[in-house]
Amino acid sequence: MKAAVIVFPGSNCDRDCKTAIERSTGANVEMVWHGETELPGGLDLIVLPGGFSYGDYLRCGAMASLSPVMAEVCAAAERGVAVAGICNGFQILCEARLLPGALLRNASLQYVCKPVDLEIANGQTRFTAGFRGRREARMTVGHGEGNYFADEATLDRLEGEGQVVFRYRSNPNGSARSIAGIVNERGNVLGMMPHPDRAFEPELGSEDGALFFQSVLASA
Amino acid sequence: MSPPAKSLAETAVEFGLKPEEYQIIVRRLNREPNFVELGVFSVMWSEHCSYKSSRKHLAKFPTTGPRVIQGPGENAGVVDIGDGQACVFKMESHNHPSFIEPYQGAATGVGGIMRDVFTMGARPIALANALRFGDPGHPKTRRLVAGVVAGIGGYGNCVGVPTIAGETNFHHSYDGNILVNALCVGLADTDKIFYSAAPGPNLPVVYFGSKTGRDGIHGATMASAEFGEDAEEKRPTVQVGDPFAEKLLIEATLELMATGAVAAIQDMGAAGLTSSSVEMAGKGDVGIELDLDCVPQREEDMSAYEMMLSESQERMLAILKPGREEDARRIFEKWGLDAAVIGRTTETGRLVLTHGGAVVCDIPLGPLTQDAPLYDRPWVEPAVQAHLDPADVPPPADWSAAVLTLMGCPDVASKRWIWEQYDRHVMADTLEEPATAADAGIVRVHGTRKALAIACDCTPRYVAANPFEGGKQVVAEAWRNLSAAGADPIALTDNLNFGNPERPEIMGQIARAIDGMAEACRALDFPVVSGNVSLYNETAGQAILPTPAVAGVGLIPDYARRAGFASMRDGDALLVVGTSHGELGASLYLREVLGREDGAPPPVDLEFERRNGDFVRGLIRSGQVSTAHDLSDGGLIVAAAEMALASNVGVELSPTSATHAHGFLFGEDQGRYLIATADPAPILAAAHAAGLNVALAGQAGGSDFACHDLFRIPLARLREIHEGWMPAYMAGSAPVS
Repeated sequence: MKAAVIVFPGSNCDRDCKTAIERSTGANVEMVWHGETELPGGLDLIVLPGGFSYGDYLRCGAMASLSPVMAEVCAAAERGVAVAGICNGFQILCEARLLPGALLRNASLQYVCKPVDLEIANGQTRFTAGFRGRREARMTVGHGEGNYFADEATLDRLEGEGQVVFRYRSNPNGSARSIAGIVNERGNVLGMMPHPDRAFEPELGSEDGALFFQSVLASA
Repeated sequence: MSPPAKSLAETAVEFGLKPEEYQIIVRRLNREPNFVELGVFSVMWSEHCSYKSSRKHLAKFPTTGPRVIQGPGENAGVVDIGDGQACVFKMESHNHPSFIEPYQGAATGVGGIMRDVFTMGARPIALANALRFGDPGHPKTRRLVAGVVAGIGGYGNCVGVPTIAGETNFHHSYDGNILVNALCVGLADTDKIFYSAAPGPNLPVVYFGSKTGRDGIHGATMASAEFGEDAEEKRPTVQVGDPFAEKLLIEATLELMATGAVAAIQDMGAAGLTSSSVEMAGKGDVGIELDLDCVPQREEDMSAYEMMLSESQERMLAILKPGREEDARRIFEKWGLDAAVIGRTTETGRLVLTHGGAVVCDIPLGPLTQDAPLYDRPWVEPAVQAHLDPADVPPPADWSAAVLTLMGCPDVASKRWIWEQYDRHVMADTLEEPATAADAGIVRVHGTRKALAIACDCTPRYVAANPFEGGKQVVAEAWRNLSAAGADPIALTDNLNFGNPERPEIMGQIARAIDGMAEACRALDFPVVSGNVSLYNETAGQAILPTPAVAGVGLIPDYARRAGFASMRDGDALLVVGTSHGELGASLYLREVLGREDGAPPPVDLEFERRNGDFVRGLIRSGQVSTAHDLSDGGLIVAAAEMALASNVGVELSPTSATHAHGFLFGEDQGRYLIATADPAPILAAAHAAGLNVALAGQAGGSDFACHDLFRIPLARLREIHEGWMPAYMAGSAPVS
């Protein structure tokens, strides 16, 4: 099994994602600089990590969505490779139109860092199958702009098609319908604000993030 | 900027130099300095850069020890944490800028301290901060809190270094001078530490990072003066931070260092290009020539004076090994950073600057660094408060109300509103207790079983009441907090915040507080490895409470054996380690419940401090105890209540002394810990054998926080009060005094 973590200027969870994947799955993880125009061959998972790509001085993720490597990420998604955007990665996937909707400033207008209890709204995806029917997970969030927004029709469709994967038990940021993570229609591109890359060992407060990475690589 | 019409001697005074200091410059140069040279002298001889008022007293600190690799004098202190690894850390203030422009002032404080750490070759792995604000009722306080917290978070969160510890106090003495002290801790290999001394002449000097603009000119001078009524007008001297640039700078610097191209390196902090170039050349005993036309500039027509005094952020100066310019260029290009070779080291021992083809400064380096003025300022023995006997202090009229008052007072109330705005989990090595309840912030040393514990401490009301005893307490509490987490205290960094040192009573506070701190450092084998002094924290003659803050760093050999205070279980016995006399002088009980600020602070018996701490740490290391909390502000009541709230288990306290229950429960006697255990007998026996005082103080269980017939408060009610104050205050709906 093989995974790649894309490193944008300003990514700051790139090492965390690498560590989390390695320790949870033993997979080989390559770090790919955003300026690359080719991805390593044979990838089972591409992760867009958290951070503040390009400082997020424009809309979060807007600059990174135009990085050279993103054309390759889009092409890989088209081929069915699993793509997971975590935090800033979720924002980038929305800006790249690989996922619907947008992430607005938190309703509190403040950055929020805290553990969150999640409902696994769809346990059948390739990102959640490893939870084996469990309906809840615990991870942490850390973001200023995690307030998921989409129009009502899109939200209805996401819910109707089982594309809502994670929901907050207690909404920390004002997200529409308490949405914490979604997948695309095909089920291979996921975006989520909570950090599985900060919840992969008991000392970190939760091991549920390890199940997340194990799910996606088991399905590869 | 063209030289003004007034005389240079007058300009010198405007730049913050004393007339007699200007005369020293003239004598050393054998001529009058020109405008650029005067600017260079004025910042290098500012209090901020030269420590001219405090240096004599700072020399009292012990600065060496078996683990110390680098003590004060470099960008940060360096201590050995075993296995070829070193911990690099320093604390620094950004008080004056944060008062004027709280967001940028605090943000750039965080940026500056991170640069001090990665400049030495260390990757920053943790941040902490110690904040002091004015009375919550003061019209500026709320805005300052909001701005400072947002600034600290905005910078640290973006760079991606977890903020894991801190403390926040409120007191009217900070109404006109808030304190923002930021700590950064980094990790390096012991054989890859980088220093600032230029190793020799004829080496290229490289500038990299952000471009130089007109921001922050004379910031170091501002930080070395009192505020008058015109503080707001100083806003243009506050710098603007760019955390994205800092993140790139960290990665580029560490990558450049890994290539082996760097011979010496220094960040451009206070006094920017001036202090970095002067210190690198001065420490290396060489000269330096800079061509200012090569400096990357953000604005047009910048003068030599402006470039040398700019405090634009996120800039570095490196001296490369010969022929390594290409390695450097490649890395800077990858990270999109501006960079240029702007000069070289020389054999002349002089600072020579050219601009527009002309020499605009040519002065010997010696006077700038070694000959900076050193003052033995006159001081008077500070007046100290008299001891208070518990019998002379009334018990509360209403016990429940007193407990709730303490738990909801601004200094004790939960600071969740603050720390939930800081990313404390990035880097995935922060050990998350439920609600992060421990006396120290703890981060793992990546990829090992080791962890570092970090604690920031100072109790300004104790230092004000008795600078010597209060100084001892500052160091002892940091040491105690690390011990309560199960760490071996290794070393500390200090951040000494005081008023105007030209006033003998303030200088007396400085001298005696340092005496006390130094005594505690020696007794506890807890050396000072870095530090910062912030003086002139006063406005219109009103000085802050003396606030010599410290941050201690400790090592946990195996993070499985550590302690917090959120793990108490139903049925656990609560034990107090240490002796309780009921010291109520300068206590929170006195201030918050009785409205008095008198009395001597609790004395610190350093021998028992050490023995009690070693005992508790031993219990944690042997796996006998994993729930421990130091007793400090508010005494046993507050410690037990915090433990109950964090563990979500009730507590029934049992005071041992019926006559002065309030002394036992609210007293702030030092050197004490509260531990919870299911099996107290062997611990009591071990304490008895060691000749230490350990006594049963209560029992965990139920859902009330209670003490016999004195009070019984449902945990939910206690939580509501403890968690409620800060969010309500920030929303503008809390009582403010």
